[in-house]
Amino acid sequence: MTSTAQANSASQPRVSPRSKREMWTDKTFVWVTLILAIAVAALLIAIAVEVGIASIPAIKEFGLSFIWTSAWNPVEQNYGAWPMIYGTLVSSAIALLFALPLGVGTAIFLSEGFLPQVIRTPLTFMVEMLAAIPSVVYGLWGIFVLIPFLQPIGKWLHNSLGWFPLFQTQYIGPGMFPASIILVVMILPIITAISRDSLASLPPSLRQASMGLGATRWTTIFRVLIPAAFSGIVGGAMLALGRAMGETMAVTLLIGNSNNFNVSILAPANTIASLLANQFREASGLQVASLMYAGLILFFLTLIVNMAAELIIRKVKPY
Amino acid sequence: MSSSNQLSRTPSPKENPSGISRQRGSRQSIGETTWTVLSGLCLVIAIIPLVLVIAYVVIQGINRMDLQAFTELPPPPLQDEGGGFANALVGTLVMVAIGALISVPFGVLAAIYLSEFSRGRIATWIRFATNVLSGVPSILIGVFIYGLLVLTQVTGYSAIAGGCALAVLMLPIIVRTTDESLQIVPKQVRWASVGMGASRYETVLRVVLPAALPAIATGLTLAVARAAGETAPLIFTALFAQYWTFSLDNPIDSLFAPIASLSVLVYNFAAVPYENQQELAWAASLILVAIVLITSILSRWATRNRIY
Repeated sequence: MTSTAQANSASQPRVSPRSKREMWTDKTFVWVTLILAIAVAALLIAIAVEVGIASIPAIKEFGLSFIWTSAWNPVEQNYGAWPMIYGTLVSSAIALLFALPLGVGTAIFLSEGFLPQVIRTPLTFMVEMLAAIPSVVYGLWGIFVLIPFLQPIGKWLHNSLGWFPLFQTQYIGPGMFPASIILVVMILPIITAISRDSLASLPPSLRQASMGLGATRWTTIFRVLIPAAFSGIVGGAMLALGRAMGETMAVTLLIGNSNNFNVSILAPANTIASLLANQFREASGLQVASLMYAGLILFFLTLIVNMAAELIIRKVKPY
Repeated sequence: MSSSNQLSRTPSPKENPSGISRQRGSRQSIGETTWTVLSGLCLVIAIIPLVLVIAYVVIQGINRMDLQAFTELPPPPLQDEGGGFANALVGTLVMVAIGALISVPFGVLAAIYLSEFSRGRIATWIRFATNVLSGVPSILIGVFIYGLLVLTQVTGYSAIAGGCALAVLMLPIIVRTTDESLQIVPKQVRWASVGMGASRYETVLRVVLPAALPAIATGLTLAVARAAGETAPLIFTALFAQYWTFSLDNPIDSLFAPIASLSVLVYNFAAVPYENQQELAWAASLILVAIVLITSILSRWATRNRIY
């Protein structure tokens, strides 16, 4: 042992084990990062617990009937969130209905080689920028531009389709209709981005095989590429749905904030998010608890949708 | 618009070396063209709102972008002209700074664990939770901070509460971008460092992190820019103030007072019938949009040159 050690130390600097302090620093560093990483995940649980605990008085008072009761009366301390739940679900469903075909169409046009790269890159960037504009700016723009612009369309909908419950009231400006349209704009970039990613991640052999069999470009897109990328597109749509349900500022400024239930999409309505934005500042007592309860419902709605989206998108990736 | 892109033009499908041709005007050919036009139309419809929003914000906002706007306080409802958003601009900066101060070290260290030290299950779950957290509506993050700090009177309505809300909002974005940037650094770089006798934290802090820094920095800038435009988590954590609440004479104490911000100013002044306030809302929107657009374009430009 001594002879080899001496032989080594003659030609190389001696290698000493790390000092205690160095090893301790190293371990601490790893542990600190681990704790912080777990803390990020714990935040999600903390939000649920915090909102859940704060809503206990309202849960005790109203129970599950809170979900299907239409009442929001701070004077009589009687609360039920059905109009807002309806508003949340319907506005995001309408938004998804329009944004899905638009977004997938855009994604196909941007990813399937219709445009030269030089034009495609800036256009893709512009679509992505739609997601970067602050929500409150969309709201401001909606009040002064979108609501007047939709006036003739709303009027036409009521006059020609007024027998249909969804269009049974006059278009008076703020309401579910303009709020849903602004949501279309806001969730479009999400659907486009994820559809584009899942189309781009398809193996080129799929296109080659389809083209080789004599399929035209659009037959390939409809029969081969969209079915293959389908789960990715669904994942993107779910993610967009979650975003639409929780979107606050633009919707608050455009939806009219009426706490009365109305089936018509031309009438003022409310969503859970805009209810919270409107009433939290002045609320106290049972009203705070009821708002928290409504927030809890929104949390679980978006949680389910987002978790489903995550699971779907993750499965798609390894393709 | 220049149309001299002949060099980089991709060959169009009509240039057909095989000699097999499709009949022009056939039903199939018309169908193909129709679908192409329709999908192109989708793109046009998608981009129109962006152009319109930016155009309106610039046109309506530019004439109030004067010295007054940056030096004066928000005007009361019946003041016909003048006024500005000096306190809101400072408020936004203060709260974004607090948010970044909390979330950047927190998020970067958490991402270091995910990318460098983790193996297996835990990382999968944490990444999953981070992604779900980034999908939690921003208004609920406001509700969370309201319950945690405002209702309990830990800070009350304050700049700190607002900053914490922004921190929670930025955190998942920072974790994800840092995680992704670290993973781009090739494994060989880490092996080389460990081979030279560096310990784990030396490898991470002195070799991997510096290599990923440009990408991380762009991610952080984007997160901060997004946070600057956020309104929902601030309206009932930081509230708003018509006057100066933040002062450099007493910076710590003044963080415990409600504070104005550009985004809440836009929200408050958007739905009022007073023209003077509406004009200021447009001007404040212009600043918010400019911040996001400029940082996005710059980060695009910056990430074109990667180290590895």
